[in-house]
Amino acid sequence: MSLAEQGAEMARRSILQTLRQPAMVIPPIAFPLVLMAVNVGGLQSATRLPGFPTDNYLNFAIAFPFIQGALFASINAGSSLARDVETGFMRRLALTPMQRAALLMGNLAGVMTVALCSSVIYLVVGFAAGLRFEAGVGGVLVLLALGLLIALAFASLGALIGLRTGSGEAVQGVFPVFFVLVFLSSNALPRELIEQDWFRAIATVNPVSYLFEGLRSLVIFGWDGEALALGFGVALAIALPAVLGASAALNTRLVRT
Amino acid sequence: MRRFADVARGVAWRSIHRFVTKPQFLLPSLIFPLFFFVAFAGGLSNVSNVPGFDFPSGYTAFQFVFVLLQASAFGGVFTGFSIAADFESGFARRMMLAAPNRLGILAGYAIAALTRAGIVGGLLFAVALATGMRVHGDGVDLFGLVVLALLVNVTATMWAAGVAMRLRTIQAGPAMQMPVFVILFLAPVYVPLDLLSGWIEAVARVNPYTALVEGGRELISGGAVRVWLVYGVAVALLAGFAVWGVRGLRRAESAG
Repeated sequence: MSLAEQGAEMARRSILQTLRQPAMVIPPIAFPLVLMAVNVGGLQSATRLPGFPTDNYLNFAIAFPFIQGALFASINAGSSLARDVETGFMRRLALTPMQRAALLMGNLAGVMTVALCSSVIYLVVGFAAGLRFEAGVGGVLVLLALGLLIALAFASLGALIGLRTGSGEAVQGVFPVFFVLVFLSSNALPRELIEQDWFRAIATVNPVSYLFEGLRSLVIFGWDGEALALGFGVALAIALPAVLGASAALNTRLVRT
Repeated sequence: MRRFADVARGVAWRSIHRFVTKPQFLLPSLIFPLFFFVAFAGGLSNVSNVPGFDFPSGYTAFQFVFVLLQASAFGGVFTGFSIAADFESGFARRMMLAAPNRLGILAGYAIAALTRAGIVGGLLFAVALATGMRVHGDGVDLFGLVVLALLVNVTATMWAAGVAMRLRTIQAGPAMQMPVFVILFLAPVYVPLDLLSGWIEAVARVNPYTALVEGGRELISGGAVRVWLVYGVAVALLAGFAVWGVRGLRRAESAG
């Protein structure tokens, strides 16, 4: 079997594993949408603040489910790899001629498939609720691409932690850290409208702010090169080392003795 | 009565001991409310400049009340997690065999939840005051706010205990947590009720938790509190969920 075939087989396994566990499918879709609905309802009046860039908070908040969905992708990727370590599947795999890269590629492809389906659902719900996209159809595609890259970045981080620790509990334990990063960013108000200096300073150095700003720039401003470059740049800067780190951890984990 | 008190004391001591001696239980309970307080009060303070937002004690106090009540509610839910874990490990079944009065078990968990809420609430108060929260209510108002938070805590404990004792597995965690989360966030979280619009305003107006949040905010700002409405709703919710919790205990008993 070629690397691609092996990867496809592992991706099929990963997707089936995910689909068979409602707890891995429903929360990444439902939870971000519920939070978005609550925030849109509760913070609509914030659009009356001078300088707020849109008159509909939904246009601002649509980035939130993409980032939160990416956090769930990190947990799903990390947990399933940690489970493979815990159950001994990884050791048995080491005895086969399978290429290591296929396992990681397959796992991430499975998680990304779920992330893509979730992203489409977020957008469909958004459009049904009155979302207006300044960047047009092309912008929707770029938003999906950026959303998937962000999901890949977080999923790779989850995979790295899952492979390094071999513990599902450790992966779950990292979730609050990611959650803190999301809330200490410009997720709820534009950075320039954050009144507290210390909070604005944290949001400015927090890379997650630039992911939010890249995603919503397409919705609110149209084609904003700087926001998009920062969004894609930060996502890549997280994804590349995370994928490389996860590959190295996998090699260590599957060493044949 | 003595047997009831003995069982309640034993269960409460064990739960409190576990909570304060195990960092994996203690730290999230302390850190998450503080984090929500920082994120809401710090990140969203500009929302108080929205035309029509009128809260004399400022946005920090406005959010403090929500976070205090939220932490109290989640303290109860986390106690439900402990109950479910005790059933899953078989400890709860042995405890039910040994207890001469099983209502004492439920009371013991409730006392543990109250202690937990007291520790977390105390820390929240200290941090909020240290970061400059303005309190316009007097001592009686603050006492009323503390009582309100404790009523919310016991109500959430009874809800979560009812679920935990019916399902008897830690996998029931989302079933305990999600409804509480949804009810909390369908109240006026970020702005007063009058500034909400659309579907969330309609839902918040019929959400009983809205009366508690708004009442708590009136207490901290020294405003006119509709005492009968606020505490009437709180006590009615507690009574309803106490029945739910006791019936859950009976279901666990009959399940063997």
